[in-house]
Amino acid sequence: MTDMSYFLPLIWAGLLGLAVVLYVVLDGFDLGLGILFPITPAEQDRDVMMNTVAPFWDGNETWLVFGGGGLFVTFPLAYAIIMPAFYLPIIIMLLALVFRGVAFEFRWVSKPNHRFWDIAFAWGSIIATFMQGIILGGFILGISVKDNAFAGGSFDWLAPFPIFTGLALVVGYALLACTWLLIKTEGELAKRSRERAKILLVVVLIAMAVVSFWTPLVSERIAERWLTWPNILYLSPVPLLSTIVAVQCWRSLNSKQELAPFLYATALFLLGFLGLAISTMPYMVPPTLTFWQAAAPPSSQGFMLVGTLILLPAVLAYTVFTYWTFRGKVRPGEGYH
Amino acid sequence: MDPETLFLARAQFAFTVAVHIIFPSFTIGLAAFIATLLVRWRLTGREHLYRLARFWTKIFAVSFAMGVVSGIVLSYQIGTNWSQFSVVVGNVLGPLLGYEVLTAFFLEATFLGIMLFGWNRVSPNLHVASAILVAIGTSMSAFWILAANSWMHTPAGHEMINGIAHPVDWWAIIFNPSFPYRFAHMFTACYLTTSIVILAVGARYMIAGRFEEEAKTMLRMGIGMVAILAPLQLVIGDQHGLNTLEYQPAKVAAMEAHWDGSKPADLILFALPDEEAEKNHYELSIPYGASLILTHHWDGLFKGLKDFSREDRPPVWPVFFAFRIMVGIGMVLIGLGLLGAALWATGRLFASRWYLWPAQHVWPLGFIAILAGWWVTETGRQPWIAHGILRTADAASPVAYGAVLTTLILFVLVYTSVFSMGAFYINRLIETGPSKRILEAETDKAMPSRPLSGGTAAAREATDKHVNTTREGADD
Repeated sequence: MTDMSYFLPLIWAGLLGLAVVLYVVLDGFDLGLGILFPITPAEQDRDVMMNTVAPFWDGNETWLVFGGGGLFVTFPLAYAIIMPAFYLPIIIMLLALVFRGVAFEFRWVSKPNHRFWDIAFAWGSIIATFMQGIILGGFILGISVKDNAFAGGSFDWLAPFPIFTGLALVVGYALLACTWLLIKTEGELAKRSRERAKILLVVVLIAMAVVSFWTPLVSERIAERWLTWPNILYLSPVPLLSTIVAVQCWRSLNSKQELAPFLYATALFLLGFLGLAISTMPYMVPPTLTFWQAAAPPSSQGFMLVGTLILLPAVLAYTVFTYWTFRGKVRPGEGYH
Repeated sequence: MDPETLFLARAQFAFTVAVHIIFPSFTIGLAAFIATLLVRWRLTGREHLYRLARFWTKIFAVSFAMGVVSGIVLSYQIGTNWSQFSVVVGNVLGPLLGYEVLTAFFLEATFLGIMLFGWNRVSPNLHVASAILVAIGTSMSAFWILAANSWMHTPAGHEMINGIAHPVDWWAIIFNPSFPYRFAHMFTACYLTTSIVILAVGARYMIAGRFEEEAKTMLRMGIGMVAILAPLQLVIGDQHGLNTLEYQPAKVAAMEAHWDGSKPADLILFALPDEEAEKNHYELSIPYGASLILTHHWDGLFKGLKDFSREDRPPVWPVFFAFRIMVGIGMVLIGLGLLGAALWATGRLFASRWYLWPAQHVWPLGFIAILAGWWVTETGRQPWIAHGILRTADAASPVAYGAVLTTLILFVLVYTSVFSMGAFYINRLIETGPSKRILEAETDKAMPSRPLSGGTAAAREATDKHVNTTREGADD
């Protein structure tokens, strides 16, 4: 039992990390398409962009529920602190997701008077992403906790660093969306996406560099994690790999490759995420509660783990199946038929 | 937390849940209806069944999207608004919600993609299978959500350690005492709600003289379901009530506005309960009625509100009146179903305008009954959020008054505007109807309005070449 109460929280921290990664990978480009809407005014292009994700968006957003729900299930104490701490950003994000989610259906049924839902999709996506970035930034900065409850104010997250990470995530998701469009579209839209992806990649790299230098400055804990010997040696592959991936991404954008830019851009996101995970470990609620302190009892985590180990592979399998079913390019005026 | 902030947090949650409930209670039944239509179409090859399935799938898509976005909100609100609730009962309730996501949410969300857009992408059998999987997913979702909700009413299978619930027996937690009744009651309510909408739409077309073949199918299937489910619901509801009497007697006392437990209770048809004076004004009742229903003896006794100290009583008015609205609608539905079945059996249904004309307007009844019933059970559980474990007043998050107020206003603004637009679009889809011409016209133009795009099977045969080219094109 003591072993269980040591390993289960670790396993669950890993699984929740996986859920966040899957969410970012799957819903990132999805939200990114909305971010690209304001600079893609042609109705035909917008139709195509939405059609590239229409069969998937629902499943993609479910990872957000799995992440939030999973936190509730396995680390109820962390859930009970993090949610009130980011009360306003979370609720604004949810409301933004309402607008962009229903836009998938409403935009089609309201045609030709769909202008409002174009705006709803664009701003819903932008605001939801910005709020996710703010939550991420605020989480890295740490949450004020007293007696196992949130003890800060409503606007603790309103600081330069979270706002920066919010903007950075908007650019990042836009990059993912551009590379997604390279896979799913052709002609003028794909060509433009390739050019945009190059610019966005540069901005994303600058943002990642800024975050990398900024985090040790705002947090001593993070500085200690990365910049002391021998950690600096063990952790050096993370920035090194990121550099290599960034170069590869740039090269794949310059050679006419279609799938590679998306994979490299995703890899870049994963490395960024890994870096942030290294910075915050082993805290579930930095800088007070560790995985073990915030964990549900082994009976709860174990019960959930059994089901997850059986069901999660099935979920992944039929997610892959749907993507496979709707593979190939989406052409103007075509949809999925 | 101060009472004003608590009230706002409760109002916000009540509002967002109430709006959310409307969508799943419609789509749970609708998914099954569409799957049934598709299976019948595969078995009989009758084209109008296919047209109906496509038509209702469009409405399903719009409703489901609204259900998804309003549901995601809830999975976070438990934390944003009720963090102490999460801490105290999270160990027990969390996994139930986790299983909902894994067994149901992913299943329905993923196969929904194939159900909506796979008409010509996958084989018809795989497409029908996807529709069935979506229907199974929505039902499983209801299973887990109601297990969690039932546990809040009748907690079991846990132990309290330092004021926090820890799971002991998962079987006892999931199949807690009120769960079988609540699940049967709610599930039947969902199917009933959808059946009423389908019945009403069928009647609407019949009265207007449009889509007669489709209208007849909808009327038959709708009336058949209502005629069976509405009386069945009365029996299930009665059993659920007896279960509530055993585990939550204060709720039943409020439902019946029964104050004095030392005397047999009358069945009150109408009254104005007075919580201060602990009695009813303007009471109109059937003597001994409530005792007969609840104890099966005309002079049987059950606890009255005075048997509970004031701080343990639920608010009487909302419980008492919501219960009467629910039961009243239930009675109307029984009449609607049985009368319709009688007309159908005697071959007069499609000509009976006096029946069809009011029937086209009954579509909201199921939704109102579900909301009323939900109001009864949730308000009747007060002052507890988890019965006997945690009071609602102790469950809230440490969030500032202004933050809760702001978000409450935002929720009301966003939900009323977005979801009333949704209702408007659904009504417009119904107005357009399962028209063959429209489905074919959309195919010819290859419009990107994807729920329509592709073609009917008829169109597929007629324009085989066109569809084949598109399919090859899409597979590149």
